[in-house]
Amino acid sequence: MAEFFQFLMSGLTVGAVYALVALGFTLVYNASDVVNFAQGEFVMLGGMVTVFVAAAGVPLPLAALIAVVAAVAVGLLLYWLAIEPARGASAVTLIIITIGASILLRGAAQILFDKQFHKLPSFSGDTPVNLFGAAVQPQSFWVLGGTAVIVLLLYAFLERTVLGKAVLATAANRLAARLVGINTATVMALAFGGSAAIGAIAGILITPITLTSYDVGTLLALKGFAAAMLGGMGNPLGAMAGGLLLGLLEAFGAGYISSTYKDAFAFIVILVVLFAMPQGLFGRRVVERV
Amino acid sequence: MPAWFGHRSVTLIVLAAIVVVLPLLFPSSYYFRVASLVWVSAFAAIGLNILMGQAGQVSLGHAGFFGIGAYAVAIGPAHLGLPSWGALLIGAVISAASAWLVGRPILRLKGHYLAIATLGLGVLVALVITTESRWTGGPDGMSVAKLSLFGWRASGSSTWYWISGGVLVVGTWIALNLGETPTGRALRALHDSEVAARVAGIDVARFKLQAFVIAAVYASLAGSMLAMMNGFINPDQAGFLHSVELVTMVVLGGLGSVVGSIVGAAVLITLPQVLTVFQEYEHVLLGLIIIVSMIFMRDGIVPTASRWLARRVRV
Repeated sequence: MAEFFQFLMSGLTVGAVYALVALGFTLVYNASDVVNFAQGEFVMLGGMVTVFVAAAGVPLPLAALIAVVAAVAVGLLLYWLAIEPARGASAVTLIIITIGASILLRGAAQILFDKQFHKLPSFSGDTPVNLFGAAVQPQSFWVLGGTAVIVLLLYAFLERTVLGKAVLATAANRLAARLVGINTATVMALAFGGSAAIGAIAGILITPITLTSYDVGTLLALKGFAAAMLGGMGNPLGAMAGGLLLGLLEAFGAGYISSTYKDAFAFIVILVVLFAMPQGLFGRRVVERV
Repeated sequence: MPAWFGHRSVTLIVLAAIVVVLPLLFPSSYYFRVASLVWVSAFAAIGLNILMGQAGQVSLGHAGFFGIGAYAVAIGPAHLGLPSWGALLIGAVISAASAWLVGRPILRLKGHYLAIATLGLGVLVALVITTESRWTGGPDGMSVAKLSLFGWRASGSSTWYWISGGVLVVGTWIALNLGETPTGRALRALHDSEVAARVAGIDVARFKLQAFVIAAVYASLAGSMLAMMNGFINPDQAGFLHSVELVTMVVLGGLGSVVGSIVGAAVLITLPQVLTVFQEYEHVLLGLIIIVSMIFMRDGIVPTASRWLARRVRV
């Protein structure tokens, strides 16, 4: 049983990061129909900027804040300089633009920082906590707690504030939102900035466990996209469920079956789910109009 | 604009002429190598463009088929004693068969769901190649036997320039003609609207599957050629980033344009070679060029350029 809880906790920890990346995908996709393949680079920026600012002598919490602000600035620049000028282009053109942006950000990180792996100290020590016989890193609780806080804040923002409702309205129908006086350009900028912040926080929380380097973004974007699709694109709850499920699949697959094929289980399950439910677990059915 | 301008035999003659004349400008064998890389990638991109541009279906795992072709010519001669050309054909058959098998269920998916399913398949192929190191040499890759036909051995960059250039011309010819066959017309119809195509009596599933199998065979042959040309292969060629690179070639050049795929491949292969002079700024510039060209030529280089030309000529 101790083994089971060990895999459960490590699966949930990794899954929470996938879920946050998937949430970023969802936020941007709902506001603007753009699948942002640069989403993983925000996670990289969160970790790398924190590492380098902290190394310059800034206390860790302040360094983390600077990293989030930097990621948000990059997210807004991405929207204003690359997405907004290409408004009205086809979905696949916009995807290639975000791929170009992720190549650019990775290249810039290589110059600005370096090509080494970097670690942050755990937020509350390295003494493992015993949970049902499993030794759990204290940082895991930071990741899970941080994820929960982000999700609750996002929920409160979307449901309880006027600006949040404007985001939801834009996601539901952009034209109708503009007709009732919502500035959809602001909403889209907000979505890019928000998803950048979420990605950066995920990067800061996970770096003490998994390390970070200039190129961690690619794999995270891939996993986050997979999680978002598994849950059903455009559904925030689906993104969370998809991310956690993906993390658990990897952890249990690696633990009980084969660690070299851990990525295989995740993708085999995704394929099976999509064969049975072509819209993902919680996706809406789309009807094509002719 | 004169009527002959856009005709496909003109396109083909111009391409063949470029392949023949280009070596006259090459000062060293390095140029032959880069040009062969362009021809091979263009061949794979043309195949992917049949699926993406004509049938309107995305594949983010196409490097998987590229990898199957590449490892077929690596494993066949090394472990099974097959001749390279036989292994190449077997690779193409395996690619076609697996595309046909997984194509039916996968191609029911739409848009981004299709993208993630094909991405998953590509990841699975790359994972098997990386893990089964007894056969594939694992992450380090493996060496590939040289192609030999009737006692003649293909080696050297100029030999492979002519082989890959010739194969590209044939591949272009097939792709250009495909557009005018009933299959090509059916693909265009289902690209515009699947529902409308089905109402018009087109077996949507069958034609999508055909495009998927054709694209898989193109990628597999390109993979085989690259492996034999380099004499070496590693799992990166089957990986996600290579899939993304192939998609970028197609979109950058112009979805649905055969010439566009060749131009897209030429840009994406030569650009990093040129940008190496900027050393560490290489990737920043590559990303920047991709972004800027997609913003200003959102339909791709070739469609945008030909529209511009058409306007010019009319005036």
